Amino acid sequence: MTAILYLASAVAFIVGLKRLGAPRTARSGNRIAALGMLAAIVITLVTGGIVNWGVVLAGLVVGSVVGAWAAVRVQMTAMPQMVAIFNGLGGAASALVAATEVVGADLPALPVETVVTILLSILIGSITFTGSFVAFGKLQGLVPGRPLTFPGQRFVNAVLTVVLVGFAIWAGVASNEAGYWVVASISLLIGVMAVVPIGGADMPVVISLLNSFSGLAAAAAGFVIESNPLIIGGALVGAAGLILTVQMTEAMNRSLANVLFAGFGTEGATSAATMSDKPVKRATAEDAAISLGYADSIMIVPGYGLAVAQAQHAVRKLADALEERGANVHYAIHPVAGRMPGHMNVLLAEADVPYEQLLDLEQADPQFPQTDVVLILGANDVVNTSARDEPGSPIYGMPIFNVDRAGTVIVVKRSLSPGFAGIDNPLFYEDNTLMFFADAKEALEQTTAALRSI
Amino acid sequence: MSTLLVGVTVFVLAAFVGFEVISKVPPTLHTPLMSGANAISGITIIGALTAAGLGATPLAQVLGFLAVATATVNVVGGFFVTDRMLEMFKSRSERERPER
Repeated sequence: MTAILYLASAVAFIVGLKRLGAPRTARSGNRIAALGMLAAIVITLVTGGIVNWGVVLAGLVVGSVVGAWAAVRVQMTAMPQMVAIFNGLGGAASALVAATEVVGADLPALPVETVVTILLSILIGSITFTGSFVAFGKLQGLVPGRPLTFPGQRFVNAVLTVVLVGFAIWAGVASNEAGYWVVASISLLIGVMAVVPIGGADMPVVISLLNSFSGLAAAAAGFVIESNPLIIGGALVGAAGLILTVQMTEAMNRSLANVLFAGFGTEGATSAATMSDKPVKRATAEDAAISLGYADSIMIVPGYGLAVAQAQHAVRKLADALEERGANVHYAIHPVAGRMPGHMNVLLAEADVPYEQLLDLEQADPQFPQTDVVLILGANDVVNTSARDEPGSPIYGMPIFNVDRAGTVIVVKRSLSPGFAGIDNPLFYEDNTLMFFADAKEALEQTTAALRSI
Repeated sequence: MSTLLVGVTVFVLAAFVGFEVISKVPPTLHTPLMSGANAISGITIIGALTAAGLGATPLAQVLGFLAVATATVNVVGGFFVTDRMLEMFKSRSERERPER
C-alpha cells in the first residue's frame, strides 16, 4: 500500500514537470509536484516507524522557516544564486542520508551494492554541495568571477581523483568507517576545485550541470535506502539538468569539456588593445530618443548588465512609451543571456512584459534585417560579430544575434571594456552603431524622459 | 530480480521519461523549470526523515537532523520560489485585464 502511495507521488512529479513546460499550465504543474512531495512526506512520517520525533520535527521546522524566508525575500536578479544554494543543499541532504547509513552500521555485513551506492551518494552529493557554493560565491561576487587557475591545476585534480578512488576502494573493501569520511572530505575539495577555474559567464552551464548532479545525488541515495520515489525523482531531475546543460553549451558552440576544463577567458585579452584605439560614435539620451522615437520596429537585446543595473522596470517603461508612439517592440533573448537559463525572461516577466514579446534566438535573428533600431542593454558576447567573422576568435562559431544587419544599433554599456572573455567587439566600431556609455537603468530613464520632449 | 536491478530499471526508465517530458520546454520557462526540478530533487527528504527518525546514536541523529533541515529548505524554498516566479508570467491578454 505504501508503495502505491509513493507511486502516486512519482506520477505527480512527472505530470508536474510536464505542465511546467508550457506557460499556461506551469503554475499548476509546480503545485501538482509540490502536492506529490507533501504526500510523500506525510506517507513517510506515518509509515516510517519514526522514533526520534523531536529531531525530525526540529529539522522540518528549521528547514521550512529558512526555505520560505529565502523564497519570499530573494530578488529576481539573484535567482541564479538562490538556485545554486538550493542545488547545494539538495546535494548535501543526499550525502547526509548516505552518511547516516554508515554511522553505526555493521559495515562488513553490508552487501557490495549498498557499499558502492553509499560511496557514490556521498561523492556526488558532496561535490554538488561545495561546487554549488563556489558557484554561488562567483555569482554573488564573493569569489572572483574570472577563472582562477594555477600552474599544474589539472595535475593536482588528477591526483585528487586518483586518491579519491583509492580511498573509496579501501573504505569499501576494509569496511573502514574513517575511509568514508576521507571520501567525503576529498569529494568536498573536488567540488571546490572543479568550479573555481570556470568563468562567471559560464555559470548558466555550471548551474544546469549542478542541478543535474543534485538529481543524481538523490537517485544514488534512493539506491542506498532502496526507495523508488527517490530514484524516480532523482532521475527526472538528472535528465532535466542534463538537457539544459547541453542546450547551454550548444548555444555557446562549445563542448561541455571545454566549459569545465578550459579556464575560458584567460586568453584573447591581447586583441583588445589593438582595436580600442578605433573611433566609436558616441550617443546621448537625446540621440537615442530620436532614433527610437521615429522607428517602426524596435528590438531590445538584454544582457547581464540589465540585471546588474536592476533595469527591468525601466526598460518596460521605455518600451511602453515607444509602443504608445506606434512602434512595434520585441525582446531578443539569447539562450546564455543572464547567469542561468531563462534568467532574462524571469526578470522581464517581473516587470510585466508579456511573454509573447520575448523572442528566442531562432525567432529573433531573422528579423534584424527588417528592424529599424536595435537597443542593446548590457549584452556583449551574444552580439559580438567576431563570433561570426573571425575564425581566430575564441568565441568563433557561437550563434549570435546578427544585430549589425538592422538599420541602427544603439549599445548601452558602462564603458568600452570587453566582455568576460576579454574579446573586443567589432560591432562597436560599425558605422551604424551608436555607443551610449551609461548605466543601463539611468540610460533608459533619461531616454524615456527625452522621448517625451520630441 | 535483485533489488539493485529493479532500481537500475526504474532509474533508466525514469530518465527517459524525464528527457521526453522536458526536451521541448521553451527558453522562457527554463529558470522556473530548473528551480521546480530542483525542488523535486528534494525528494531525498524522505530518506532524511527515516534516517533522522531511526538514528540510534547521537552522531546519526545530528547527521539526520542536518539532512532533514537541508532537504526541507530545498523542498519548501524551491516550490515557493518557483510559484512566485510563475505568478509573474503573464500573456498580453492577462496583462491587460485589471489586476485581481
